[in-house]
This record gives sequence, structure tokens and C-alpha cells, in this order.
Amino acid sequence: MSLPSPAVAVPRWDRPNALTFILTVLALAFLVWSFSNVGLSWERMQRGFPALGSILDRMFPPDLERLPQILRSLLITFQMALVGCVLGLILAFPLAILAADGLSPHPVIKQLARGLIAFFRTVPDLVWALLFVIAVGLGPAAGVMAIMVDKIGFAGRFFAEAMEEVDKGPQEALAAIGATRSGLIFSAVVPQALPSFIATSLFSLEKAVRGSVILGLVGAGGIGVELKVAFDLFDYDTAATIIIAVFLLVVLVEQVSNRVRKRLL
Amino acid sequence: MALALALPDESLIEALTPALRIQGLRKAFGARTILDGLDLEVEPGTAVALIGANGAGKSTLLRMLVRLIEPDAGQMTLLGEAVTELAPGPLRTFRRRVGIVFQRHNLVGRLSALSNVLHGVQARKSGPRTWLQALAPAADRAEALACLAEVGLADRALQRADSLSGGQSQRVAIARMLMQRPEFILADEPDASLDPRSGEEIMDLLYRLAKDKGLTLIVISHRLEHTIRYSDRIVGLADGRITLDRPSRQADPRHLRQFFTGRDHEE
Ligand SMILES: Nc1ncnc2c1ncn2[C@@H]1O[C@H](COP(=O)(O)OP(=O)(O)O)[C@@H](O)[C@H]1O
Ligand SMILES: [Mg+2]
Repeated sequence: MSLPSPAVAVPRWDRPNALTFILTVLALAFLVWSFSNVGLSWERMQRGFPALGSILDRMFPPDLERLPQILRSLLITFQMALVGCVLGLILAFPLAILAADGLSPHPVIKQLARGLIAFFRTVPDLVWALLFVIAVGLGPAAGVMAIMVDKIGFAGRFFAEAMEEVDKGPQEALAAIGATRSGLIFSAVVPQALPSFIATSLFSLEKAVRGSVILGLVGAGGIGVELKVAFDLFDYDTAATIIIAVFLLVVLVEQVSNRVRKRLL
Repeated sequence: MALALALPDESLIEALTPALRIQGLRKAFGARTILDGLDLEVEPGTAVALIGANGAGKSTLLRMLVRLIEPDAGQMTLLGEAVTELAPGPLRTFRRRVGIVFQRHNLVGRLSALSNVLHGVQARKSGPRTWLQALAPAADRAEALACLAEVGLADRALQRADSLSGGQSQRVAIARMLMQRPEFILADEPDASLDPRSGEEIMDLLYRLAKDKGLTLIVISHRLEHTIRYSDRIVGLADGRITLDRPSRQADPRHLRQFFTGRDHEE
């Protein structure tokens, strides 16, 4: 057995066509321009890191004097995330049914529901918060609504996908005996999609807790307000306490969520 | 009184009217004719085994009886209903009276056997109390449990369906079909995905249930011996028509074998 002798020379690279070549050059040029446009320079970084160092220095030791107030705000933040998330999940469910292949009552309704979910998902929650602060005023209520809308977009999509992916057999068996649409959905589809629903819900809550901190920065209530005030007053050691408290809350929620996930799935 | 005497007894009328009458049934998929003017009559309470080579159109015929597939031409009367003429609403109501067992059992794996059986009640009712056994009214729960007992699985009621064997799953599917309170049973290779022994048990179960309840049964099986043993009458489909029709007792396996070609069947 001998190796076949190469009869022709094979090029190492495909020859790029003109369009690919032009697009590649343009993309690279844009990248270079982006670097220069964001004002990131070696000199600035050299100045920035020591400054960051001095801020960190002034953060420690963290000031625990305002701890009770901080913990109260932290609780409000968590409750804001929880309520917004629960409301969002509750509303995401029917919207997901309207958006799911095979469950939606009409193709037009399906497209509308999908469009709404996509819109809710693509507009960042911070933008929703700004809108709701204007609509309902400063405070946690605005945060709750921003989180709710964001979670409708997030969970709506995953709920719909989960319901589309289940085994169709049980649905068809029930449809053949004349079961109603709600019968199919709640007896055949939801039980199969449940593990996925739970995973999405827990992940939504984690996301909501992380997100709710930021929302306070635009006045939508909770610990973010405290953080902004502390920074505005150059009160860096109080800010440190807040950041550590937020960090602990996020870690705690993720841990609990992992436990729940493991137990239920 | 005199009038009542002059009229035949109701059960007598029932016994004289065929449970199923098919006349001139036609179906083609594209250029391919599957059913070519098929005629068939079935007396109430008969267990009919439908045999035919792979691709002969057995499944097509069975599905057409409840219009899961629409015929091109012909008449079908099932349980006194002119099936071909039913509007969507009445068709739904009619389908509730016909129990179907498929090759795939189509259970919801994450739910208990009992909840799966309870789902059969959706042929008659709707609402949250038909979704889960835990939510069901006492009477429905008891009926579902009785249906499970009929297929010999009462002791598995709360076990998750995905923890059951293939044969047990098919039994649960049959119990769900019983929960529907069917008047007619259609079974399309209920034994196909099972080992020969579980397959035989399923065929035996269906036959016994049909006999006990006086239901009419049409069953397709690709196992020759089971087909003969668990039916009253054997009907063979070939070239789009019924080309063989005889009591199962008189069936000669040598004549039947030609209907089982084109398939690697175990016996
Ligand atoms: N929806 C369909 N479209 C096209 N051809 C089909 C369809 N359903 C069944 N057939 C064809 O019709 C023939 C009969 O199928 P089927 O009734 O399933 O046969 P059997 O159950 O006797 O094995 C087969 O050749 C099959 O390929
Ligand atoms: Mg078939």
C-alpha cells in the first residue's frame, strides 16, 4: 500500500473574492477608528490606575455606621426584584402560549406576541426604568415595573421555546379524543416543560436581583440610590459597605437558586 | 302498549345495525392509490383483525374512520353516524366515542400513571380538575383507578409514567382510552414496539376488554399468531380492497402469510 502521489498543487488558502476582501478591510478600519474614538490611551490608563487605587484606599475600611439603613435598602431591592420577577413570569406565561408554534390560536396573534416579547427583551431594563420613573415617579414601584417588563421579554421567549420543544405525542393523543386547547396545554405541554420553566424562573430571579441594583441609580428605588448618593458625596467607605452587601446578596441568591434547581430538577 | 310490542327491542335494533359500514372508500396520495373502492361491514361486538402487507394502507384506513385522514370518496357509517358528513363540531363529539390505541403510547412521562389515565376524561369534560389526579373530583379519581385496575396496574397508580416498562406504558394508554368510555376501539399495532411476550399480553388485554364490555374492536398487528388468537374475524387488505375475510377460527396461517410480507416479523 503506497500513498497516492499528489498530482496537483493545492493552494493553502481560498482566494478571497473582492467583496469579502473589501468588507474585511472596512471592518478592520472601523475597529482601529473605534479604538481612537473612545479616548483610550496609554497615558490615560497610567493616570487612571493610581486614581482607582486611591479610591480603593479610601474605601477601606468600609464604614459600617449606615449599615442598618443599607440593609433596609438591600431588603427593598430584593423585594423589588422578587415582585417584579414574579409579575413578569406570570405575564410571560400566557404571552408565551400565544407566541408558541402549535399552541397559538392564530398566526397573526403569534407574530404579535413574538414581536412584543422581542421588543420587551431588546430594550434594556435601564431604559424601562427611566420610562417608569417618569410614568409612576421615583421609588421601587418604577423598579418593579421595569423588572417586570424585562422579565416578560426574557422568560416569554424561553417559556415559548420550552413549550415548542416538548414531545408532541401526548398533545396529539388528547386532541384525537376532543380535548380543549387548555386541556392540551395544561395536561400535556406544561408538565413536560416544567423543568425548563423552573430553570428559567430561577435564572430570571438571579438576573433581576443583579439588575435591580443598577435601577436604583436612575431613581427606581432600592440600594442603587444609596450607592449613587455615597459616590456623589465622595463617601467611598460607605460605598464599599454597600458594594460588599450587594455582592453578598447576589451570591446568596445564586446559591439558594442553585440548591432549589438541584432539588427540583 | 300495543305500539311498544310492535316495535322491535332496542338492543335487537342495535344488534342488527352494523357498528361499521364502509362503502366505496377511496384514497390516493398523489398518483398512488391506497384505497380503491373498499367495502366493509362489521357487526357490533366483533373483534376484527386487519392484516395487510407493509404499506397496504391499514393505518390510513383506521385513521380515516375518525377522519384524522380525509377520504377522497366513499361512505362510512360508524356507530350510526355518517362520518364523512360530520361538520367539525359534531366530528369532535363523535371522536370522543371512539377509543384509539397507537403504536406509541404517548403518555406524559413526568406525570403519574393515574394522572395520565385521568386525561381520558377530557373526552367528556374540561377544566383544571381534568389536568391532574390530585385536582380531580373523587368520582373521576375512582373511575381512573378502576380503569388502571382493569389493565392490572392499580398498584402503579402514583408511579411516574416514564418509570414504567414499554408494556406497562401501553397498558396505561389503554386505561386512558377506557376512561374515555369508548363505544368502539381502534388499535394500530399496539404491540409493535414491545417484546413478543408483552405484545401478546397487550393483544390479549384488548381482546378481553372488548369482549367484556361488548365493544367493537378493529386491531392491526404484524404478528400472525396473535392476530389469529385475539380476534373473531380476520380481514385482509391488498390492492386497496378487502381480499380476504374469514372467521379467525378457520384462518389458515398459510393463506395469511402473504399478507405479512414486506416486513421482518417475529413469530
Ligand atoms: N400523508 C401521507 N402522504 C403520502 N403518502 C402517505 C401518507 N400516509 C401514508 N402514505 C403512504 O400510503 C401507504 C399506506 O400507508 P399506511 O396506511 O401507513 O400503510 P400500513 O399501515 O398498511 O403499513 C404507504 O405507502 C405510505 O407511504
Ligand atoms: Mg401502519
